[in-house]
Amino acid sequence: MTTYQEFIQQNEDRDGVRFSWNLWPSSRLEATRLVVPVSCLFTPLKERPDLPPVQYEPVLCSRANCKAVLNPLCQVDFRAKIWACNFCFQRNPFPPSYAGISEVNQPAELMPQFSTIEYIVQRGATAPLIFLYVVDTCLEEEDLQALKESLQMSLSLLPPNALVGLITFGRMVQVHELSCEGIAKSYVFRGTKDLTSKQIQEMLGLSKPAAQGQQGRPMAPPDAASACRFLQPVHRVDMNLTDLLGELQRDPWPVPQGKRPLRSTGVALSVAVGLLEGAFPNTGARVMLFIGGPPTQGPGMVVGDELKTPIRSWHDIQKDNARHLKKATKYYEALANRSAVNGHCIDIYACALDQSGLLEMKCLSNLTGGHIVMGDSFNTSLFKQTFQRVFSKDFNGDFRMAFGGVLECKTSRELKVCGAIGPCVSLHAKGSCVSENEMGIGGTTQWKVCSLNPSTTLGLYFEVVNQHNAPIPQGGRGAIQFVTQYQHSNTQRRIRVTTIARNWADAQSQIQHIESSFDQEAAAVLMARLGVFRAESEEGPDVLRWLDRQLIRLCQKFGQFNKDDPTSFRLSESLSLYPQFMFHLRRSPFLQVFNNSPDESSYYRHHFVRQDLTQSLIMVQPILYSYSFYGPPEPVLLDSSSILPDKILLMDTFFQLVIYHGETIAQWRKAGYQEMAEYENFKQLLQAPLDDAQEILQTRFPMPRYVDTEHGGSQARFLLSKVNPSQTHNNLYGWGQQETGAPILTDDVSLQVFMDHLKKLAVSSSA
Amino acid sequence: MSQQGYVAAPPYSQAQPGMGGYGPPGATQPLYGHYGGPPQGYNAAPTGVMKPAAVGPPAAPYSPNVQQNGGTPPHRHLAPTAAYGQPPQSSYNSMAAPPSLSTQQITSQMSAMSMGSYAPGTQAPPLQRPPPVMGQPPMHQGPQSPPMSPQMTAPPMSPQMTAPPMSPQMTAPPMGAPPMGAPLMGAPLMGAPPMGAPPMGAPPMGAPPMGAPPMGAPPMGAPPMGAPPMGAPPMGAPPMGAPPMGAPPMGAPPMNAPPMGGPSMGGMGGNFPGSPPPGVGCFQSAGPGPQGFPQQPGQFGGPMGGAMGGAMGGAMGGAMGGAMGGAPPGMTGGFPSGPSQLAGPPQKKLDPDSIPSPTQVIEDDQLRQGGQIYNTSVRGQVPPLVTTQFTVQDQGNASPRFMRCTTYSLPCTADQAKQCQVPLATIITPLARLPNSETPLHVVNHGETGPIRCNRCKAYMCPFMQFTEGGRRFQCGFCNCVNEVPAFYFQHLDHVGRRVDFYERPELCLGSYEFVATLDYCKNNKPPNPPAFIFMIDVSYNNVKYGLVKMICDELKTLLEKLPKEEGSESSVVKVGFVTYNKVLHFYNVKSALAQPQMMVVSDTADMFVPLLDGFLVNYQDSKAVIYNLLDQIPDMFANSNESETVFAPVIQAGVEALKAAECSGKLFVFQSAMPTAEAPGKLKNRDDKKLVNTDKEKTLFQPQKGVYEQLAKDCVASGCSVDLFLFPSQYADLSTMGSVPFHTGGSVYKYNNFQVETDGEHFLRDLRKDVQKPVGFDAVMRVRTSTGFRATDFFGAVHMNNTTDVEMAVVDCDKAVTVEFKHDDTLSEDTGAMIQCALLYTTLGGQRRLRVHNLGLNCSAELSNLFKSCETDSLINFFAKSAYRAILKQPIKNVREILVNQTAHMLACYRKNCASASAASQLILPDTMKVFPVYMNSLMKSAPLAASAELPTDERAHQRLSVMAMGVEETQLLLYPRLVPLHNMDAGSDVLPAPVRCSEDRLSDSGLFLLENGHSMFLWLGQGSSPDLIQSLFNLPSLAHLQPNTSDLPELDNPLSKKVRVIVQDLLEKRPSSMKLHIVRQKDKPEVVFRQFLVEDKGLHGGASYMDFLCFVHREIRQLLS
Repeated sequence: MTTYQEFIQQNEDRDGVRFSWNLWPSSRLEATRLVVPVSCLFTPLKERPDLPPVQYEPVLCSRANCKAVLNPLCQVDFRAKIWACNFCFQRNPFPPSYAGISEVNQPAELMPQFSTIEYIVQRGATAPLIFLYVVDTCLEEEDLQALKESLQMSLSLLPPNALVGLITFGRMVQVHELSCEGIAKSYVFRGTKDLTSKQIQEMLGLSKPAAQGQQGRPMAPPDAASACRFLQPVHRVDMNLTDLLGELQRDPWPVPQGKRPLRSTGVALSVAVGLLEGAFPNTGARVMLFIGGPPTQGPGMVVGDELKTPIRSWHDIQKDNARHLKKATKYYEALANRSAVNGHCIDIYACALDQSGLLEMKCLSNLTGGHIVMGDSFNTSLFKQTFQRVFSKDFNGDFRMAFGGVLECKTSRELKVCGAIGPCVSLHAKGSCVSENEMGIGGTTQWKVCSLNPSTTLGLYFEVVNQHNAPIPQGGRGAIQFVTQYQHSNTQRRIRVTTIARNWADAQSQIQHIESSFDQEAAAVLMARLGVFRAESEEGPDVLRWLDRQLIRLCQKFGQFNKDDPTSFRLSESLSLYPQFMFHLRRSPFLQVFNNSPDESSYYRHHFVRQDLTQSLIMVQPILYSYSFYGPPEPVLLDSSSILPDKILLMDTFFQLVIYHGETIAQWRKAGYQEMAEYENFKQLLQAPLDDAQEILQTRFPMPRYVDTEHGGSQARFLLSKVNPSQTHNNLYGWGQQETGAPILTDDVSLQVFMDHLKKLAVSSSA
Repeated sequence: MSQQGYVAAPPYSQAQPGMGGYGPPGATQPLYGHYGGPPQGYNAAPTGVMKPAAVGPPAAPYSPNVQQNGGTPPHRHLAPTAAYGQPPQSSYNSMAAPPSLSTQQITSQMSAMSMGSYAPGTQAPPLQRPPPVMGQPPMHQGPQSPPMSPQMTAPPMSPQMTAPPMSPQMTAPPMGAPPMGAPLMGAPLMGAPPMGAPPMGAPPMGAPPMGAPPMGAPPMGAPPMGAPPMGAPPMGAPPMGAPPMGAPPMGAPPMNAPPMGGPSMGGMGGNFPGSPPPGVGCFQSAGPGPQGFPQQPGQFGGPMGGAMGGAMGGAMGGAMGGAMGGAPPGMTGGFPSGPSQLAGPPQKKLDPDSIPSPTQVIEDDQLRQGGQIYNTSVRGQVPPLVTTQFTVQDQGNASPRFMRCTTYSLPCTADQAKQCQVPLATIITPLARLPNSETPLHVVNHGETGPIRCNRCKAYMCPFMQFTEGGRRFQCGFCNCVNEVPAFYFQHLDHVGRRVDFYERPELCLGSYEFVATLDYCKNNKPPNPPAFIFMIDVSYNNVKYGLVKMICDELKTLLEKLPKEEGSESSVVKVGFVTYNKVLHFYNVKSALAQPQMMVVSDTADMFVPLLDGFLVNYQDSKAVIYNLLDQIPDMFANSNESETVFAPVIQAGVEALKAAECSGKLFVFQSAMPTAEAPGKLKNRDDKKLVNTDKEKTLFQPQKGVYEQLAKDCVASGCSVDLFLFPSQYADLSTMGSVPFHTGGSVYKYNNFQVETDGEHFLRDLRKDVQKPVGFDAVMRVRTSTGFRATDFFGAVHMNNTTDVEMAVVDCDKAVTVEFKHDDTLSEDTGAMIQCALLYTTLGGQRRLRVHNLGLNCSAELSNLFKSCETDSLINFFAKSAYRAILKQPIKNVREILVNQTAHMLACYRKNCASASAASQLILPDTMKVFPVYMNSLMKSAPLAASAELPTDERAHQRLSVMAMGVEETQLLLYPRLVPLHNMDAGSDVLPAPVRCSEDRLSDSGLFLLENGHSMFLWLGQGSSPDLIQSLFNLPSLAHLQPNTSDLPELDNPLSKKVRVIVQDLLEKRPSSMKLHIVRQKDKPEVVFRQFLVEDKGLHGGASYMDFLCFVHREIRQLLS
C-alpha cells in the first residue's frame, strides 16, 4: 500500500494532475462541508519524455453530447468489438481499424499506464508558427540598443520556417514590410486612432475595400499571400530583418520637457491583432510586445503625457481616481478576446523603472496564455536571458511552446465543472457537465489556452452533484477526462487525453479517509488561486476575510479540540501545513497590494495563476536555505529567527533569489578572508549558495531578480519582508534571546500570533 | 431698325448713316463719310465744340485741341502727324497726336465696325448720311482743324454740337490742355484720332491726305471699310481736304453712322458676336437700337470732341471725337479714296483700322516713354503702360510694378464716384520682380522695438508722415494722429521741415522698402524656420504609364540643385521632402544618415497625419545621396502598379501636417493625374453637365464641390502652406474644386490635358522649373491702409480672408497680384490727395520675417475729367476681369455680362456727358485713356469663363477663371489682347522683335508667318502661301505639306531665320510667368480653329462680338443712357 504522498506524486508525474481531495465525498452536502472544493491543478502539457505520441486519432464516444475519448477506464467487449463509454455509458462499436483488437492485443489507450496519451492528428494543413514583434521605440538609446540586439539574436532561435513580422511604435505605429528589396517600406498608422480590424486590413492592403467592382475584379478575401509582405519566413528575411532592426531609430518625435514620450501601445497592438486575425486566423501566432513605458496616447492610454500627472497607484484606484483605468482595461480586454478567438497569444516584455501599464494590459497575456516579463531595463540579464528562454527547447529539440490549445473537461455524472483559473478564456461550450456554480472562469466545459508550455497549469474546480440520498454504489469511481487539442511547436496538431478516476467515499463513515486523502499543497494553491481570482474583482480586505473564514471552517471541520479551549486544538498531519500556507498567502503580494504598484501586483498574479504547484508554493511561501560551517545546507523556517550572523541564507521567492550574508559572514567577507588560502573553506561556504542559486536561475522562467546582499544592506529588505516576523521591535525584549535571529521592524502579526488567533476562533463555539 | 435709327439721326444723319449700318448687324455698312464730317468739326480751339452746326464747313473750331495737343504733341506728332492728313495742326497732333493716330484709326475703325458688322442693311442709309457728314467736314475748316480734330467728331453734330458744346469746350481747352495732355486725346478715340488728324491737319491739314494716312490707318478705313462708304467720300472730299484732318472728327460721324446704324443696334442687339445673324443674343439689349444709335454716334463724335475740348482742353477731345466719330472710318475712307467710296452709298464695312488699335496705343506709349526713367516723385502721375519698357526711380511713391491703379485721380466724393462708375482700385503685386536696372528694396531695421508706426492706425513710417515740432513728433498721413518720435529715432528738421536724415532713411524718402520684423510679428513669437518644399507625386497607373513619374524624378535631381535662395546667400536653406501617392500615401525618410531611403505608407486617408518628422524634410545638399537613391528608385517601385485611383485632399492634408509638425511654412508641389475618386475625404465625382451652361445654375460649375476643400484651404493658410497643382487629366477633373485649394493658398494650377512626354514634357518641365525657382514669400499677411475719406473694401486675388481687412496668403510669389477696390467713406480733399499704404508681412526664402511696405499717393479731384484723364485701361480691365470672374460664382453669367456692358457704357456715357465737349450724339467719344478699353472688355466677355458656351470644356473655363484671379495687370493685358507678331518679313539680323499687329484675321497674310502668344498659349501660324524657303529654313522641310501635324518644336537649324525665331520664342518663354507650349498651326488646318480663338478682335468662335460690333453696341448703349 502506497501512501497518499506517493500516490499523489505518481499521479502528478503521470497525468500532471494534483487534486485537493484524492477521495471524493459522495454527496453534494458532504462536499460543501469539506470547505475546500474538489478541484485540481492540471498541467496539460506536462513534459513526458517517456510518452511517445501515437500516430493515429482518438476514438470518440458516438454520443453527440459526450464525445469522450476511449480510455483505460472504459469497459470493453473484445468479442463484440464494443466499448462502453465510462462517462455516458453509451456502447460504441470500435472503428474498423480496431478489428484486430483482443485482450492480448489492446491499443495503447486502453492500457492503464496510458491514462495520459497523446495523439497526432494528421488532418489539416500545418501552418508555420508566427512571431510578430511589436517594439516600442520610445526607449533610451541604451535600452533600445540592447533590445535590438536581443531581437536580432532571437532570429537565430526561431524555427527557420517560422514567419516573422515587425511592428514598431512610438507616436506612430509602423508595420514593416519585409519583402521588398531596396527601400525599406513600412505602413504607418496614427497612434491615436482606434481602427477596426477591417480598416486595418484594408489599410495594409490585405483586402480590397468593398464595392470595388470597378474593373470587375472579384472580391479577394484577405489572403495570406499578401500578408506575407509583413510576415516572412525567417530564413528568407533573416538578413533583411537584422539590418532593419539594426537601423531602427528611437522615436524621432521630440519629447518636450515635462512630458512623457507619446507611446501608441494600444494602436500598435490593435494593428498586430488585426493583421494576424485577418491573415492567419486559428494559426499559432505569438505577438511579442516590448515596451519601455506606459501607453500615453490613443485608445488604451494608461496615463497622459504630462509628467506631472503620475501614473495611477493603488491609492488612486481605491479612490477611484484612475482616469484611464477602466477605459484602457476594457480596450485591452477586447483586444485580448479577439486575439484569443483566433488562437494568437500576446507576450508583454515590459522593462521600465516606473510602471508601464501592466495592470491594464495584463489581460492580453492572461487571456491568451502569453508571458509577462517585467524588468527595469532591456539592458539587463534578467530580460535578456528570460527572453532567450522563451525560445528554449525540450528533449526533442522542439520549442517549449504550443499554440491554440483547447482544453475540454468531461466528468462522470456525479460531478460537474464549476470553472477554471489559469491563462485561458471560456469557449462557452455548454453541456451536461457544466455547473451553475461558477468558480473562476465557468459556465463552460471548454477553454481556449492560446499558448501553452510544459508548466502551464490550470486550476479546475468541480462540484459533486450527487444527492445525499442517492448513494453511489460501493467501489464506484468518479472520472474526469481532460482533452487538450493544440498545435505543437513543430506545427503538428495534437490531442492529449488524460483520464483519471478517484474513489467515492461516504463522508460520514469515511471522514478519516477523506481527511488523509487531502493534498494540502494542492489545496493551498487552489484556494490561493480562488483568492487571487477574487482579488481581481473584489476589495483586498474582503478577499482576506473570505480566506480566513474558509480556513477557520476547515479547522473546525477537521481540527480536534475541546470546545472553547484553544490549547487543545490539533490538526492531523495531512492538514498541518495548511494554516501556515494561508498565513504566508495573506502576506503575499498576490493579495497584499501595500508596497506594490498595481503593475507589480498584476505581474505577480499573472505568474501565480499559471505556474505549476511547486512554483506556486514557492510563491506563496518562499523557500529559505541556510548555509553554515555547522553542516550541509539545510532548509530553515521562513522566520526571522533564521537570520543569524554566522549563516548565509538563500531565499527563493520565485520572483527573487536573495543571498543574504549574516553579519559575521559579511564582516569576514569584507576583510577578504576568502582570498586567503588558509580560509579555503570560507570561500567554499560563500560559493555554495551562489552555485545553488545559479542552478535555480538556469531553469526558472522568468528569470528571477537576483540579489546578493548582507546584513544591513538595503536589499536585505527582500528577505526581511518575507520572513515571519517572529521577532519585531515590539516583542524583541519579550523574547529576549539575542542570538536567535534578527528583529523585523514591522507591525505585521507573526505566524505565532496568527495561529493562536486561529485556534481561538476554531474552537469558539460561537463562530 | 437701322433706318429708323437713321431717321433719328438725321441731324447727323449722314454720319449716322454709318450707324445705321450697324443696325444691320450682318450688314457691313460702309463706314461713313462721317469722317469727313467730323473733320470739319475742327474749328480751332473750341475744340470739340465743333460748333457742329456752324461747323459745317468751318469746323475749324477744333483748334482747341491743338493747344492741348501741344502738350503731348511731341510724341504723337510723330506718328500722328504723319498719319493725319490734317497734320497741319501740329498742335493738335501733340494732343491728339498720339491719340489722334489711334483715335483716328479708332474712329475709322469704329465706323467701320459698326458699319461693317452691324446692320448692313441699315448701313445703306447710313451711307447716305455719311455724305452729310461729309458735309460736316467742312466744319473742319482748316484753321481750327487742330483743335478741332478732337471735336472733329463732333462735326457731324454740327448743328447741335456746335454752339453749345463748343463754347464750353472752348473754354475748357485751357483745362484740357494742361491735363489732357496726351491722355485725353487718346480717350476720345473715335473721333479723336481723326480729330487729331484734322487738327493736325490744319497745319498739315492741307494734307487732307494726311488724314487719310493717319487714319489710314487709313488702311483701315479705306480698304476694309469700304472706306468709300464712309460717306467718307463726301466727307472725304471736303473735309478731307484740309478737313480731312477733321476727318478724324469725321470719325465721329462715322461713328454715328455706324452706331447709328440704329439698325446696327438692332443687329447688335441681336447678337454681338455673330453680328446680326448669330443673334447670339449677346447683347440683346439692342432694343433701343436704332434711334439711340444715331444719336450716339453723334455723341461719339460730338461728345468726344466736346469732351476733348472741354475737359481736355480740347486737344483731347479732339482726339476722342475724332476717333469715335465715324470720322475715322470716314477718314480713312474719305481720305484716300474718300470720294469714290463715298460715292458708294452704303459702305458695307467699317474700316477696322478706324477703331482704336491696342497695338497702336502700346506702340505709341512705348515710343513716348519707352526706355525712359519714370520718376515716382509726383503724386497722382499716370505711369507708362504695362507694355512699355521703362525704368522706375523710386522717389517716394511705389513703383507701378508694385501698385498700379485704375485711376490716379480719385473723385472727391462718393457721389462722383458713383456717377462715373469707374472702379477705384489698385492692383498690388507686392513681390513683383524688378528689372536689374532697378535697385532692390532697401531693408530697414528699427531694432528691437520693431518698425515705427502710427499709434492709432498702425501705419508704418513712410514719406507721408509729417514731422513737426522740430522733429519730436510726427503726424500720420493716414489718420492724422500726432505721435511722439521715439528717442532713438529723433532727428532735427531742416529749413523746409524735412528731417536732416531724409535721404539716409529709405522709409522717409522711398515709396517701397522693407522692415526687419521683430518677434512680435512672428507666429508664436518664435523666429520662423526656413521654409520647405514638398514634392508629392501621384504614382498611380496613368502617371507611371505616361512616363511622367520618371520624368519628374529625373528632373528633380537637377532642379533641386537650383532651389531658390535669398539674395546674397550662398546656398538655399529651403528644405525638401518627398511623398508619392495613389490611394495611399508614401512618405520617405531621406535623412542623411541613412544608407537607403525609407518608405512609410499611410493608408489612413480619412484622417491624415505625418508619420515621421526627422528625416522627412531635409536639406538637399546634406541628403543628396539618399535623395538621389530615392529618385532613382521611385519609378521602378511603381513600375508595375496598376492602382488607378487616387486621393487628393489627404495629400494636401499630409503636406500641411508635415509643415505644421516641422513648424515651418512652405509649398507643396502636387503632381496629380486625375480627379480623386478613391474612397477618402475630398473624393470627387463627375458633375460636369453641359446642360447647365447658359442657365442660372451654370455658376455651380465654378463653385468648389465640397466643404472638405474649404476647410483644407483654411488649414493651409493658417500653416503658411501653399499648393501648386500640376494636373495631367485625360478627362474632366473638376478643376473648380481641385483648384480651390491652390487658389486660396496663393499657389498655381498647371494643367496638361492628355499629357504626352514627347510633346508636353518640355512644356511641363519649364513650368516646373519656373515654379520652383520663383521668388516667393511665405506665410504672408497683407494690410492695405488708406488716408481718411476712403478705404479698401474688397480684395480680389489668390488670397484667403478671415476678416475684412487682413489679406492672408499662405505664399505669395512675384507674379501674384491682389486687386483692391476702394470706396469712399467721406469727402476727399484735393489738397492732401489720397494715400495708400500696403504692408506685407512675410517670411523670406531664407526664413526671415520681413515687412514690405509700399506707399502710393493719388490725386483727388472734384472734376471728373481729371479722373478720366488719369485712368489706366490695363488696370481697369484687370479689375473688371477679376470682379466678373468672381461674380460668376454667384450670379448667372448672363447677368455678369450685362453688368459689364452696362458699366462700360455708363463709364463712357459719364465721360461723354460730363467731360467731353458737346458733339453730335451720333459720335462715339472715348476718353483717351480708355480708348482701347472696349477691345479689352470685349475680349474679356469672350474669354472662356464668360463665354457660356457648351463647347468649352468646363475645366478649361474654371482653370482660366482661377488663373486670372491671381494675375497682375501685365498678365491680364496680355491674356486679353494677345501679341500677334509677324515674323515673315523681319530683319533676321536685328534683335528687335517685330512690332505686333492687331489680333484679327485680317492681319494675317497667306504668305505670312505669325507668332501669337498670350502668356498661356503660343502659336506659330504658317500661311498657306508661305514660301518654301521659309519652311526650309525653319523646319528643314521642302514644303508646308511635309510638316507633321502636332509638331511642337522648332528644329535647331543653322540659318539666321531659324535662329532668330527660336530666340524670340525662347525669350518669350523665359519672360512669361508660366511656360507655354508652342503649337505650330498651318492655315486652314484643323488646329487653326484653336488659334483663331485668340484673334480677339474678330468674332468669337464660341459666340461673342467682334470688336467693331461691340463698339457699336456700346455706342448704342451710351446713346441710350444719354438720351
